[in-house]
Amino acid sequence: MLLGNRVVFVDGVRTPFGRAGEKGAYWQTRADDLVVKAIQGLLARHSNLDPALIDEVAIAAASQTGDQGIVLGRTASILAGLPLTVPGYAIDRWCAGAMTAVTTIAGGIAAGGYDLALAGGVEHMGHHPIGSGFDPNPRFVSEKLVDPGALNMGETAERLHDRFPRLTKERADAFAVRSQEKVASAYAAGQIQADLVPVAYKAAEGWSQLSTDEHPRPGTTMEALRDLKTPFRPHGRVTAGNASPLTDGATISMLASEERARELDLPAKMRMVSFAFAGVEPEVMGIGPIPSTEKALKRAGLSLSDIGLIEINEAFAVQVLSFVDHFELDDEDPRINVYGGAIALGHPLASSGVRLMIQLARQFEERPDIRYGITTMCVGLGQGATVIWENPHWSAK
Amino acid sequence: MNHYDSVDFSSLLALAQDEVVTHSYVSDVTLTSGKVLALVTLDNDLDYKRPNTLGPKSLLELDEVLKNQAGRAARGEIHAVGVTGKQFILAAGADLSRVREISSVELAQQMSQLGHRALGRLSKLGVPSFAFVNGLALGGGLEVALNATYRTVDTSAAALALPEVFLGLIPGWGGATILPRLIGLPKAISVVIENPLRNNKTMSAHDALKLGIVDVAFGPARFLEQSLEWADAVLTGQLRVRRNSPSALSRVFTWPVIARVARKAIASKIGEVPLSPYAALRTMTAAARGSIDDGFLREDAELARLISGDQFQASMYAFSLVQKHAKKPTGAPDKKLAQPVTKVGIIGAGLMARQFALLFLRRLRVPVVLTDIDQSRLDEAVTYIHRELEKLSGKGRISRDELNRLSALVSGTTDIAQFADADWIIEAVFEELKVKQDVFARVESVASPDAVFATNTSSLSVAEIGQKLRKPERLVGFHFFNPVAVMPLIEVVNAPRTSDVALATAMDIASKLKKTAVITSDSPGFVVNRLLAMLLGEAMHAVDEGTDFEVVDHALDAFGLPMSAFELLDLVGLKVGAHVLDTHHAAFPDRFFDSPNLHALAAENVLLIKDRNGKKRGFDPRAREIVSGGKNRQTGDQLLERVQVGLAREIQLMLDEKVVHSVEDIDLCMIMGAGWPFQMGGITPYLDRVGASLKANNKNFHNPPIRGVS
Repeated sequence: MLLGNRVVFVDGVRTPFGRAGEKGAYWQTRADDLVVKAIQGLLARHSNLDPALIDEVAIAAASQTGDQGIVLGRTASILAGLPLTVPGYAIDRWCAGAMTAVTTIAGGIAAGGYDLALAGGVEHMGHHPIGSGFDPNPRFVSEKLVDPGALNMGETAERLHDRFPRLTKERADAFAVRSQEKVASAYAAGQIQADLVPVAYKAAEGWSQLSTDEHPRPGTTMEALRDLKTPFRPHGRVTAGNASPLTDGATISMLASEERARELDLPAKMRMVSFAFAGVEPEVMGIGPIPSTEKALKRAGLSLSDIGLIEINEAFAVQVLSFVDHFELDDEDPRINVYGGAIALGHPLASSGVRLMIQLARQFEERPDIRYGITTMCVGLGQGATVIWENPHWSAK
Repeated sequence: MNHYDSVDFSSLLALAQDEVVTHSYVSDVTLTSGKVLALVTLDNDLDYKRPNTLGPKSLLELDEVLKNQAGRAARGEIHAVGVTGKQFILAAGADLSRVREISSVELAQQMSQLGHRALGRLSKLGVPSFAFVNGLALGGGLEVALNATYRTVDTSAAALALPEVFLGLIPGWGGATILPRLIGLPKAISVVIENPLRNNKTMSAHDALKLGIVDVAFGPARFLEQSLEWADAVLTGQLRVRRNSPSALSRVFTWPVIARVARKAIASKIGEVPLSPYAALRTMTAAARGSIDDGFLREDAELARLISGDQFQASMYAFSLVQKHAKKPTGAPDKKLAQPVTKVGIIGAGLMARQFALLFLRRLRVPVVLTDIDQSRLDEAVTYIHRELEKLSGKGRISRDELNRLSALVSGTTDIAQFADADWIIEAVFEELKVKQDVFARVESVASPDAVFATNTSSLSVAEIGQKLRKPERLVGFHFFNPVAVMPLIEVVNAPRTSDVALATAMDIASKLKKTAVITSDSPGFVVNRLLAMLLGEAMHAVDEGTDFEVVDHALDAFGLPMSAFELLDLVGLKVGAHVLDTHHAAFPDRFFDSPNLHALAAENVLLIKDRNGKKRGFDPRAREIVSGGKNRQTGDQLLERVQVGLAREIQLMLDEKVVHSVEDIDLCMIMGAGWPFQMGGITPYLDRVGASLKANNKNFHNPPIRGVS
């Protein structure tokens, strides 16, 4: 259990996720501007809140150069028009950046260092392709510390298929199809748009506005996925169809001590129970959520059977399925990614952690019968991250 | 359909072959409510350094795009149309790059009609239109917005303005009709007439909101998103837009009176020579009655007259001098020769010296040392400068930190040795040759070998001032106009021995002071004072010969100068005026008059009778007494012609003597140094069009002459 002050997730929003690259909506939009728009969109939902009460702004990015550089938390705060008295910093744990921003801020709140803060992340994978600017220490190779393939995420996913032969391409494709279906039905029910901040963007056709995610392909079928290329190996199993696509997007959340949230009449959409991070072999980074979840459950004194909702990042279908198998769940367990996940929506690396929380928070509101949920994700170079949340709407029945 | 559809614009298009086209891109945006807004982006596909402008091709494209949207609206495909610009810029107005080629009144009228045809569609789409003013919106750019049903503005928009009157036009793409009906005539007069006449003042987004020109303002970070959200709220009826527009009744009853008062106020400020302010006032006042389309027709007629007239062509010439010519001074040496200036020495502690000190402090932010023989005068000067800086800080013009920084940079000392490490030393001592010669010689004994010396003399020879220097090549003339902080011109005097390094340094400093520098030769009066001396000399000579003050004072009304000859004399001071006439007469006795009467008037210090506000009410009877006795009266017309021909002759001589490098330099000097009006094009376009150049020199200054098609 988290000690000290109780920490609540007040609210979270995100930009619609755009396709990375020249054809994507955000090609001419700066990454830091995406953060700024998310921050302003979040604060617009709480217009009675005096922004001077924000004690900290933590923003994650995996690539902290160019339009994601210069201490994002600070620059984005200034650009968003927050009072200059509000401090900010940048943070990085690659894909779990935003999740780490949330846990680090939560730790600060629990310890009494903050009362109210913002935590989020951004990744403009069009401007910052994975691997750009990498300069790995040659010792990784010379001392065989890490297989060179460990820096290629698709290759680590293929390795998972190797390690667990039960994880077949068919299971991965089927999971991917369901992710697309769930996103389509969540969109139809208005469950996703409700937490999106529309973003105006400039393209060859002039200004336009993105108010929904660009990636989802509703109506995706097994047949459509079957013959997709396997870019990471000849005759491999990982395809563009069962992996998350390259994406641009930003997320932001507001966290507070339960007491401050009550004083300021702010909502509390989730209550943090525990969190944990864990390391695994970098070559199979996708299994990271397994040990981190076990650790977080242990700290909370809970078991997976206590968990009613699981928001797990779908970097790759196979990596989610490794989690499913480990905890002896069904591939179609109704607790997993109720609104669908990153395979359909996209995975703008360091921003995805808060997207999981935004979706879990909305499900909590819809499901007062459920007490606990988790958000979890794998991290390149072999890590897992998990946060366990309690539903404040839980009806205790 | 609108009645402009039948106009054939092909001759206008023929002029636009190389137009930088501002495209109208369209993209549909589905709003939260599900309604669809067709968003038009104006974009010339170039960066912010080349703002969107609206030439014939651009307007026809916009026209076509809007026509299509009207069709889509009729089919129910869209529920609104929005217009916005490329980053930082909506549009900087009509493309005026080819207006010198407008060869007929009909073609001039078409420029107006085409604007009306395209922009006018914004109010005839069958669905509401929204202008999202995301940045710079000048002239026709702001009129795009005015033609729309609703307007939002980005709080960081660089400038909004209707500067047409400044250029001799009126906002004739709907501005002169729609604006007064939107915000009322008094406010419209301030935007359309008063702002352009106040150094072409522009509005901030906040100003535009306060005036009611736009409906709402949003911050830049999510300007378009919030504008679209707002548009959605308006479309769904969630939000009602409230405006303070005058009723038809109040327009009809109050505007004629308001217009009469405004006309008098304008006339008393700038006289009645410039056409555009009155055309604007007339058009706006007429908008009290009838439909917007009626107003468009009136705008067409006024614009046709103005665009094809003399004043607009002269104004365009003047505008280009100020915008372009001024930034590339002719005859300037390589910029790289300029020496860095890390410390400034000022000789003197009087009013001029203090003004220099303030300007150098604020613009160069380097140590400024004043020197004088009297320490108490220096202390006074430093205290004065500190107080002026505090005033600036009090007004929020400089920060507290900047105040501390600048205050600490200024000092006053009788110890001339403090000049040893100054790189730029300028004198502001009494206008007497020997005083200046000696003071520079003394300073040279301590100054560093590379220091550049500058003199602010207005009437002495720079070469003679430098005669006692061991290195006379380090001396350059640097002639400011009073008041130093306000007047934008510096005549940089390139004396025969002035080195390129000294000249380049002077040009560099002038540009850092944000002044326009014109290089002149070392000749009496340089440019501005020489021509003013010609004008004032003729005026006083006419008085000396018995012409009434009133006749003389009104003789030059046709110029439309900012002040009459005697108001100018009164401003510079009769003593100084007499001195200026004397020096020019001494230099050019056959062409310039001195005036014994002016010395007599100066001795008694009488000339004008002024009211409490310092405005001329008439002439002092004692002044009339002093000048009485002349027996050779001139008529106003005779004097006008003498001055016109005199100026034309003198300017040709100045060009022959190479006082400046080009006739453009002369006009630029008169605009920036004497405030001579755009509608004259400075002076030479005017002299050409009244025939004075031909009379004086058998040729025009400009070929073809800068004038309308009449």
